[in-house]
Amino acid sequence: MYPSTFTYYRAGSVQEALKLLVENPDAKLLAGGHSLIPAMKLRLASPSALIDISRVPELAGIRDAGDRIVIGATTRYDDIQRSELVRQVLPILPEAIDVIGDLQVRNMGTIGGSLAHADPAADLPAVVLALGAELKAVGPDGERTIPADQFFVDLFTTALQPNEILTEISFPKPPARTGMSYQKFANPASGYAVVGAAAVVTLGEDGKVAAVRVGVTGAGPYAVRRQNVEQALVGQEPTAAAIEAASQLASEGMTFNSDIFASDEYRAHLTRVFVKRALTRAVERARG
Amino acid sequence: MAVTKLFGAAIKRREDPRLITGRGNFTDHIRLPGTLVMAIKRSPHAHARIVRIDTSKARAMRGVVAVYTGQDLVDKLAPVPCAWLIPDSDLKLTPYRAVAVDKVRYVGDAVAVVVAEDRYVAQDAVEAIDVEYEVLPAVVDQEKAMEPGAPQLYDEIPNNLAFHWKLHVGDFDAVWNEAEVRLSRRLINHRLIPTAMEPRGALAAYNPGSGELTIWCTSQNPHVHRLLLSAVTGLPETRIRVIATDVGGGFGSKIPMYAGEMIAAAISRDLGRPIKWIETRQENYVATIHGRDHIQYVDIAARRDGTITGVRVRAYANMGAYLSTAAPGVPTWLFGLMLQGAYAIPVIHCDVYGVLTNTTPTDAYRGAGRPEATYLLERMIDILARELGMDPAEIRRKNFIPKDRFPYTTPTGLQYDSGDYEATLNRALELVDYANLRRQQAELRQQGRYIGIGFSTYVEVCGLAPSQAAGAMGFQGGLWESATVRVHPTGKVTVFTGSNPHGQGEETTFAQLVADELGVPFEDVEIIHGDTEMVPFGMGTYGSRSTAVGGAALVAACRKVKEKAQRIAAHLLEVSPEDLAFENGRFFVKGAPDRGMTFQEVALQAYLAWKLPRDIEPGLEATHFWDPVNNTFPFGCHICVVEVDPETGKVDFLKYVAVDDVGNVINPMIVDGQVHGGIAQGLAQAVYEYAAYDANGQLLSASLMDYAIPKASMLPSFTVDRTVTPTPVNPMGVKGAGETGTIASTPAVVNAVIDALAPFGIEHIDMPLTPERIWRAVRERSS
Ligand SMILES: Cc1cc2nc3c(=O)[nH]c(=O)nc-3n(C[C@H](O)[C@H](O)[C@H](O)COP(=O)(O)OP(=O)(O)OC[C@H]3O[C@@H](n4cnc5c(N)ncnc54)[C@H](O)[C@@H]3O)c2cc1C
Repeated sequence: MYPSTFTYYRAGSVQEALKLLVENPDAKLLAGGHSLIPAMKLRLASPSALIDISRVPELAGIRDAGDRIVIGATTRYDDIQRSELVRQVLPILPEAIDVIGDLQVRNMGTIGGSLAHADPAADLPAVVLALGAELKAVGPDGERTIPADQFFVDLFTTALQPNEILTEISFPKPPARTGMSYQKFANPASGYAVVGAAAVVTLGEDGKVAAVRVGVTGAGPYAVRRQNVEQALVGQEPTAAAIEAASQLASEGMTFNSDIFASDEYRAHLTRVFVKRALTRAVERARG
Repeated sequence: MAVTKLFGAAIKRREDPRLITGRGNFTDHIRLPGTLVMAIKRSPHAHARIVRIDTSKARAMRGVVAVYTGQDLVDKLAPVPCAWLIPDSDLKLTPYRAVAVDKVRYVGDAVAVVVAEDRYVAQDAVEAIDVEYEVLPAVVDQEKAMEPGAPQLYDEIPNNLAFHWKLHVGDFDAVWNEAEVRLSRRLINHRLIPTAMEPRGALAAYNPGSGELTIWCTSQNPHVHRLLLSAVTGLPETRIRVIATDVGGGFGSKIPMYAGEMIAAAISRDLGRPIKWIETRQENYVATIHGRDHIQYVDIAARRDGTITGVRVRAYANMGAYLSTAAPGVPTWLFGLMLQGAYAIPVIHCDVYGVLTNTTPTDAYRGAGRPEATYLLERMIDILARELGMDPAEIRRKNFIPKDRFPYTTPTGLQYDSGDYEATLNRALELVDYANLRRQQAELRQQGRYIGIGFSTYVEVCGLAPSQAAGAMGFQGGLWESATVRVHPTGKVTVFTGSNPHGQGEETTFAQLVADELGVPFEDVEIIHGDTEMVPFGMGTYGSRSTAVGGAALVAACRKVKEKAQRIAAHLLEVSPEDLAFENGRFFVKGAPDRGMTFQEVALQAYLAWKLPRDIEPGLEATHFWDPVNNTFPFGCHICVVEVDPETGKVDFLKYVAVDDVGNVINPMIVDGQVHGGIAQGLAQAVYEYAAYDANGQLLSASLMDYAIPKASMLPSFTVDRTVTPTPVNPMGVKGAGETGTIASTPAVVNAVIDALAPFGIEHIDMPLTPERIWRAVRERSS
């Protein structure tokens, strides 16, 4: 509850934040602070300095970029949830944000903070995987784009370098007849995902599955896409039986976490169940 | 005609505006100049010998004022006391040093103490202390702790057995041999963490000039803490003042005398400066008591018609590493005496083993012993009902103590004061629409949906008293309560109560009682509690006793005041006291209502004393120490309706009906609040909360990220109703409402879940009924 001593910097721009990062190699970026500060209070993290990027103007905001929607890294959950554009085009985001923490958490927490932190039980990682998002980062060597599929690397570990800043998350606008859903089994103590499954399904004019992406969080050390499930469904009539059969594959080839609330075996089971539920709902929505 | 009658009025709690706008006066809010901050270094091992403690780095840190080890405090503090010395149980006391000297016995045991200029430095210094341990094997499970070869916590306590308590009434073997039905089961009532919103803490300020110690702390019973602090520090009681006015919940966890508060007092005395110590939530989870943790072997003897003829219980109570202040009484008296519950069971046979393990000490937690007894009975009666193909409501009805048998002397020697158990069952059945619900259940099962209906018909003992009984049970204290009612010259009233509400709302209910008794406006009554310098003496708030015992003391004191006021009024009105009537705060001559005086006018005359006769002392104030003749026994019926998703094991709550009888009700809104909170806590035991240790004695659920206290979204909406059967034990006819919800709800919820799972052939799952446990049970039966 009492962090060790640190220096606080408030960055006015991305460039300033980058400069501070170079000067303070032991520093941490501070966005909403809702993962970092609890960790510091428990002394699980003891950075020598914090670089507050939450007020850098160019890092926040939601914009319509033609065939994409771009959300700045420090955009707060609450602002995403209230965005009419997001509600129309990417309704899975507000659906998932709705089950993140409580109001205070949603007022403070940022999308970039959640993704960069890569908590194994965080919700949004599954969603960005299912939406096929791209994450943009800047570092001393310039800018690069990381596909969501390559972003989550391990427990609390992403493809970001320590001196890189995640600046924005860019989502392709989904085609017609797309339905999406996030289904979460929340831990009753923490509210985090024991298992969370995100599914985005596009149906062809024939009613068969034209495209599908599935992301799973909570179950293992980091959020993963479930291509085996996707492949089993593409080109299929999305009947209950087909969804059930495909979902059975959801736990294959994964490693699972285990804790006092849910064993690995149970998490594997929940993964199958929640992938099925997310797919079922996404298909319902795709059908309109 | 009493137009101002407040008894029964749902007045909003007057303490709430202060508390919910952040203007409470909690221990951590008190600021004294020159205060130093204390932090405790705690053992990371469950069982280890302390080889060496190196405090040099910590001492050298800037801002660190002092560092103490256990050895440094040996002469300054006596061991942490245990005050419930149950007789005839071969009780062995555990030498419990506030700061461990040679050995640590649980994760969280104190090993060193830092005093620093601020809390951050103190924490840095705690981390800089280097302790070398020789780690010993640990034992966590109470049954394993009794096995030969198990790690021994104390050389002088063989097999870790702190006590063996027996209560054998009637010939159980005979009943068992004759029984038409015999059931034997092992039940686990798991460990819980009380989780009061405000963690524990103390601000101890010793004044070297006057030799006085003032200590603000989180206490349910400040006078008891003063007495115990006097015993451990050697300071006379007259030199100790304990203040605990606003306390943010306790649930029993703020009854015991703890190391932290003792250390703060000793160090303040040593350094001559105020010392503040406030627990972190993590400390709270390891160093404040836990509750429950029973393993029970139960035998039930019955006839085919459902009549229970005897109960035998062998219980293993996990006491943790030391015997906490009231701990030995909880799994013994508070459990064993209630083993007949609401039923006319003639034969009770109970053996309780109090076992020491390398875990946080356990003690009274909301319900304390009674939930363990109630759960056992309510679970077993359901199992019996299923065995016999009886309806769970009907088997209960069959066994109820009938209403014409009150007062009812139980085989365990209690006298149940008053009751009509069937009335609560009938009302609850009606509210839940039972017949319809069963029909619906059958229909839904056809569709593969599983709803369950769970009952709990309980009786509990509260208003803990009387003192004679306390003495016979080895409780090192009285169980009366005191109240002083001081009427000021203006007729305004200050009440000093020995109860110490910390969430129960007595600042409101007590003012209602006084306003009614004295006929003064509610706003004119001030309730003072939680300060040993102001209140003559008090036993404190626990065991649902504040209103039944503390309230009774208050009413008795009011009646003394009124009697004196009446004598004064009679004198001034030149009539005899019997000629006066009292209504709406005014004395008047019977038959001549114009001739009278208001209570306020009498109060003024009492203080002016211009016209008082020689045999009436000036002033208007009275004190009463109320020692009731008996406990009170609230009862009721709770019915829970759930739906279980067999695919995930998740439980959804559909309905919750609680019909309680707590006697007369002073403030229905406050009683509803107590019932709601109690149900939430008891329901949480059934499905959410679980203090889990690994085999090495590490607490795995050591934070709110892992320990699932219930949030509003995790609870159903409660339908709360009451029947009213007043108790003859006190003048108000009130019983007590603080623990009914916790005691009743746990088995109602478990019974509902098991009922839902009946089609799978599941007869029992041990708590907590987490989704995974339910899923496993279903999977096992389905395959
Ligand atoms: C009570 C509570 C309940 C919660 N419940 C949930 C829940 O149910 N589901 C859920 O998903 N989350 C939950 N959270 C976590 C919450 O969503 C966090 O806010 C989020 O995970 C982190 O976002 P932040 O902006 O607060 O990041 P911060 O805490 O500020 O930062 C987190 C980490 O990311 C780094 N970082 C932040 N921004 C950037 C950036 N732009 N570039 C590079 N690195 C960056 C920081 O340096 C730090 O290491 C909960 C938190 C709390 C306190």
